[in-house]
Amino acid sequence: MNTKTQAPVHQHRLRNGLTIRLKEVHTAPIVSVWIWYRVGSRDEYAGLTGVSHWVEHMQFKGTPNFPAGALDREISRDGGYWNAMTWLDWTAYYETLPSDKLDLGLHLEADRMVNSLFDLPEVESERTVIISERQGHENEPTFRLAEEVQAAAFRVHSYHHEVIGDLEDLQSMTRDDLLQHYRRYYIPSNAVLTVAGDFRSQTLLKKIRKEFGALPSVRPPDRLHRREPAQHGERRVVVEGPGETPFLQVSYHAPPADHADFFPLTVLDSVLTGAASLNLFGSGISNKTSRLYRALVEGEIAASVRGGLAATSDPFLYTIHTTIRPDRSPESALEVLDREITRVLEEPLREEELIKAAKQARALFAFNSESVTNIAFWLGFSEMFADYRWFEEYPQRVEAVTVDDILRVAAKYLQSSNRVVGIYRPQNGQGNG
Amino acid sequence: MAENLYSLPQLDVLRLPGPETIHRRVLSNGITVLARENFTSESVVISGYLSVGSLDEEPERGGVAFLTAQGLMRGTEKRSFQDIFETVESIGARIAFAAGTHTTRVFGKALAEDLPLLLEVIADVVKNSTFPDVEFERLRAQHMTSLAIRDQDTRARAELAFDELLYPNHPYRFPTGGFRETVQGLQVEMLRSFHAAHYSPKGMVLAIVGAVEAHKAIATITETMEDWKPASKYERPPLLDADPPRSKQRRDIYLEGKSQSDLVLGVVGPSRFHDNYLAAALGNNILGRFGLYGRLGEAVRKTAGLAYYAYSTLSGGPGPGPWQVNAGVNPSNIERAVQIIADEIRRFSTQPVELEELHDNQANFIGGLPLRLESNEGVCGALLHIERYNLGMDYYQRYPQTIAEITTEDVLEVAKEFLDPDRLVIGIAGPKTEEG
Repeated sequence: MNTKTQAPVHQHRLRNGLTIRLKEVHTAPIVSVWIWYRVGSRDEYAGLTGVSHWVEHMQFKGTPNFPAGALDREISRDGGYWNAMTWLDWTAYYETLPSDKLDLGLHLEADRMVNSLFDLPEVESERTVIISERQGHENEPTFRLAEEVQAAAFRVHSYHHEVIGDLEDLQSMTRDDLLQHYRRYYIPSNAVLTVAGDFRSQTLLKKIRKEFGALPSVRPPDRLHRREPAQHGERRVVVEGPGETPFLQVSYHAPPADHADFFPLTVLDSVLTGAASLNLFGSGISNKTSRLYRALVEGEIAASVRGGLAATSDPFLYTIHTTIRPDRSPESALEVLDREITRVLEEPLREEELIKAAKQARALFAFNSESVTNIAFWLGFSEMFADYRWFEEYPQRVEAVTVDDILRVAAKYLQSSNRVVGIYRPQNGQGNG
Repeated sequence: MAENLYSLPQLDVLRLPGPETIHRRVLSNGITVLARENFTSESVVISGYLSVGSLDEEPERGGVAFLTAQGLMRGTEKRSFQDIFETVESIGARIAFAAGTHTTRVFGKALAEDLPLLLEVIADVVKNSTFPDVEFERLRAQHMTSLAIRDQDTRARAELAFDELLYPNHPYRFPTGGFRETVQGLQVEMLRSFHAAHYSPKGMVLAIVGAVEAHKAIATITETMEDWKPASKYERPPLLDADPPRSKQRRDIYLEGKSQSDLVLGVVGPSRFHDNYLAAALGNNILGRFGLYGRLGEAVRKTAGLAYYAYSTLSGGPGPGPWQVNAGVNPSNIERAVQIIADEIRRFSTQPVELEELHDNQANFIGGLPLRLESNEGVCGALLHIERYNLGMDYYQRYPQTIAEITTEDVLEVAKEFLDPDRLVIGIAGPKTEEG
């Protein structure tokens, strides 16, 4: 194991509830500061869909201490970069900076946890920006299909809608809606601060106490939690739109990331569609020896196939995306996919397939531990559904998966009654059925 | 400017890649190898290029360079397509080839323990590809699907329209992937003959960075690659000068069923060999990159709220690549967005940038260097940049001083030379508005 992954993680919690995870990495004079809030699109009611993402945008619009634009300049001036992301379960902000600018990252995150302005003109200006972002997504057939599949998969649970939100809500939401959401969720007890890079933990901890220690101690908000009832029978959705290329998306209800079935399902995905990147910032490896690539792409039905098991705090989806050749139909791809699923259910995997999955996991784990940005990402991300050891133990947990585990999870999750089949049917080409 | 130095980030330049840590060897067949050690990671990255690209294909065979690069891993004299990928994927490694306009990129990444195997496969596919018939047909069908998707992609269509207008008599007008009609007409023999005629160790450069001793890395490349002898004496003819339109040009592409429009707007920019290239790059950062997209982001996104993205790019390759602005806007806001961007370009090319802006961006370039060089991929990119543009082994160690010496006058001079606001070329793709 390399020097970056073997350093210990320092764990702390401030009196106001702020959780802290620090990992020293002294290979370059760089640090990455992340703050994670336990709020995402799952915490939104109808009428306010997209509010978490919009609040994330407003966090770049300034505070009395850092007027809009000043933060951007402060970070960029010394070569740093910063960004944010909103997902189903969380919203995260980060700055990767030269290590002598670490204080700036801490200062601005502590400041905008409580002092963001939400000026009305800025809210209105951002409304059109976010609508533009959504319209950019809508240009993609795969987004339109994924949105419908997700809605069909979750009738009750608030994973029902896309993170960007519905256009109707983006047009009607008010400044007060945003501000209320911000004040409710942006509190120390609902946040995790992770830092990786070139610093000394004890010195850094003192700085963190100084910046964050005086922020209010408030009980964390309850999360919106409506359990999705078991699905009884396959659901199908069809989306029609421009183009010549059909797409097929098959999504199975899947366990959350801290469930014992998650890792066997990860290995199964690796066998079916190839080892997926663990990382939001880098590419994985090719998947041309995976079973579904061989059946669908070499079988000359699809141009590509990819799978993905999302790490979430509540049960979400295991999804297989297929880009169909314009001269083939989604139904023919589904037939082949079902044949391969049946094979998994009826024949145990070969040991070599497990050995390969374990080696791939070890390599991807190493690749994803090579930058301080990725390390700090993983420290926080895994805290959103388990704890940081979830990532540190990733290769070992993949290696521990057995053939019997795979058979068990395949039988449990990969049933047609447990899935939503989504078809994008292009309106100006072949492949219409 | 020497008087600015005190306010700029101070780097320990000896920690940056330089003659002390970069190992370079030219093999007898013409391959240049660059190596740098990094034992803080478990991986090794090989990155480089062959001197072959879409410039070497005839326009009616558009896509042949692209498919040849994609086809390298589809089978060799001793390995089938599945054998190749079983070898690579079973060790969690990655190998990829991608044709560009001037060069074809080579990329490989693996755990350091697997370097010999990684290199053996790279060498095998580069030297001994056979392009099996059945694999060619599959590959072409997959690429035809990608081209069908591209035809519905507003950003790609705006780019294509922009390139066609900006380079009316120049090969840069052609996309590297070709067109559906040219790809449909390709035969497997064309790939084989393209490979035989244009793939050569001459001009090939490989950088290798990671947890491997440099001399061992170079020795392994020598063992696997030095026996490859050039089969052809092909010399690429000199690239034509670009001859862009003398007046403003615009093309609108309508795509039904879309929600957003993409626009590309720009001019022919300086090559990386231009004396004032770094001043142009710094200026471009001011115009459309610094922070969240520089001046353009401020005007188009923050102030007018018109777009989720609006940024500028200076391609800066070996030839006259574009200097362009991209933005995604609601169709009803196109005219306003075009006007705002054109106004910003006019301001940028007629008035010197503020001294404060210059200093901020100099600091951004210098301070960002350690971040860009953190990964093995980043260092590989730096080594290839040095080699390709003959910048000298100490380029990155001199870089902070070079950037600090750029003046507002330098930026204005290069902006005036290239960014003529009255000769902008505009490509737009998106849905029709109610006004049409």
